[in-house]
Amino acid sequence: MSRRLVHVMIWSGVIALSAWVLAPIYLLAASAFSGRLGVNAWPKPFFPTAPTIEVLSFFFKVEGVWTATLTSLQIAGMTMLFSVLLGAPAGYALARYPFRGKDAYRMVILLTRAFPVAILALPLTVRFIALGVYDTPLGIALVHTCLALPFAVLVTSSLFVGIPRDLEEAAWIMGCTGPQAFLKIVLPIAAPGLAATSIFAFVISWNEVFAAAVLSVQHRPLTAYLLSVLSESPLHFRFAGGLFLIVPSVVFIFAVRKYLFSMWGISNR
Amino acid sequence: MVDITISAVERRYGAYHALKGVSLDVKDQEFVVLLGPSGCGKTTLLRAIAGLDHVDGGSIRLGARDVTAEPARKRGIAMVFQNYAVFPHMTVFENVAFGLRMQKAGEPQVKTAVESAAELMRITSYLQRYPAQLSGGQRQRVALARALAVKPAVLLMDEPLSNLDALLRLEMRAELKSVLAQSKTTTIYVTHDQVEAMGLADRVAVMQEGRIVQYEPPMQVYAQPATTFVAGFIGNPPMNLLKASRQGAGAATLGGASFEAPGSGPILLGVRAEELELVDAGAGVQAKVRVVEPLGPSQLVTVEIDGQMARLDLSNRQKVAPGEVIGLAPLPGALRWFNSEGGLRAV
Repeated sequence: MSRRLVHVMIWSGVIALSAWVLAPIYLLAASAFSGRLGVNAWPKPFFPTAPTIEVLSFFFKVEGVWTATLTSLQIAGMTMLFSVLLGAPAGYALARYPFRGKDAYRMVILLTRAFPVAILALPLTVRFIALGVYDTPLGIALVHTCLALPFAVLVTSSLFVGIPRDLEEAAWIMGCTGPQAFLKIVLPIAAPGLAATSIFAFVISWNEVFAAAVLSVQHRPLTAYLLSVLSESPLHFRFAGGLFLIVPSVVFIFAVRKYLFSMWGISNR
Repeated sequence: MVDITISAVERRYGAYHALKGVSLDVKDQEFVVLLGPSGCGKTTLLRAIAGLDHVDGGSIRLGARDVTAEPARKRGIAMVFQNYAVFPHMTVFENVAFGLRMQKAGEPQVKTAVESAAELMRITSYLQRYPAQLSGGQRQRVALARALAVKPAVLLMDEPLSNLDALLRLEMRAELKSVLAQSKTTTIYVTHDQVEAMGLADRVAVMQEGRIVQYEPPMQVYAQPATTFVAGFIGNPPMNLLKASRQGAGAATLGGASFEAPGSGPILLGVRAEELELVDAGAGVQAKVRVVEPLGPSQLVTVEIDGQMARLDLSNRQKVAPGEVIGLAPLPGALRWFNSEGGLRAV
């Protein structure tokens, strides 16, 4: 195959994949800025003919949007914290210590994703009501932590595997206890990766809708709130809500892309 | 500044017996090299001395202190690792200062100690750089400075030169020797490179399958190997080991020549490549030349004696050609005898 052909194939692949991701986001954004008439117009112009922030600004004034956003932030924050605090030690153990059933453990961690939330919804609701965490940010954060934890464990484990054991041993020999060596040596080196892991957990929680909708009634996070409110709203309004929902995730992922790449072996070194 | 006494140390990994009752005495300020092929237990022993690995039996003493059960951080040891293990998130200065800071040394004292260690290892000009900005050789210097800065009682080194390229390794080897002679630190050094061991050690402990088979000054190990394993491991080319035909008790023949040989069992004759002299064909040991390799200062000649291959290191002035039959005579005192079974020196 000629080099030119390879070149063309690579670039058409890149363009197709980018379009796959970017086209919906673009259409969403274009519609959100188009106003009521623009959304229903056909054929659609590539750029909104009369761009307006009228819909978006109206959206932000709707009662409950900011409360729901705040709840979402709370839940995502807690999810982030729990995932890293539970996931990083587990990842460290997987990376450093041989123990019986290690491979099985690795499998089981992934298996937590094998149970659809839809099936767990009823028992979870019953249990959460009994525990008094139903319809609270904490309750939803717990479920989201379960969803984010497998990633947190496996990603931090590969992160710690990448930090040579020698570094810790050198620290022990120079007078560090185990925890001291972890805090002074391993943690600072792992920090960027841990930050990326936590933001990943944040995004998972921010985007999750099913558990959020089932487990909340009054204190709804943004996804659940939009689900219930927007189903009865006009089309252009839904676009505004959709855009508002995805922008933070996109910005986050973009901000930490370097670390995600290095974590997944597409090294930036 | 302390001597080390290791007695009957045992280590097992499941069914694998890594250290089989190893005992070793290291004198104050002595430079001891643990030498052996990979898997012989030398690194396991070093890690046990460092406290990075526990032992299943025996004891390790530093001076009068029994440290067998002490954690690594309390042993007062410094260690240099094969892949340097410098902390990537700290400057060179902070790396070298790390041990002193852990000992809660005052800032002026830290500064003085770091600067003198840096000067010794000639890294003063990049104290403010990060390890990522340094070459492998420079990182190894940082690791050494870091180890020496704390003025350790004992310095352990785990193949510290093996990641450097050949030229740099030669340079660092000489420098290491002079630096350690100055610092007067008791040192245990692990390597699989017999040339390094010969060049650096006051005494070499040759290890094989979890045991120390010989522990003597390098020239002694070279000249009088205790077993056929040591004879084959030390020296390049390794010592020639040739099966001699027994001619009753106290005598044996090889290549038509008769020798006095101890004992009466099957026996091997060991002789170094440079310790065989050319004599007239028909006299001495009869050998047929197979291959001649000029090496520059000398030539490496492979010969066949009684169907066994042997190597000679001959002067360039002596002309030999493949196919030629030559006579060889060992230099006085060059013959060593080993029992065929077990490979031990026969006296």
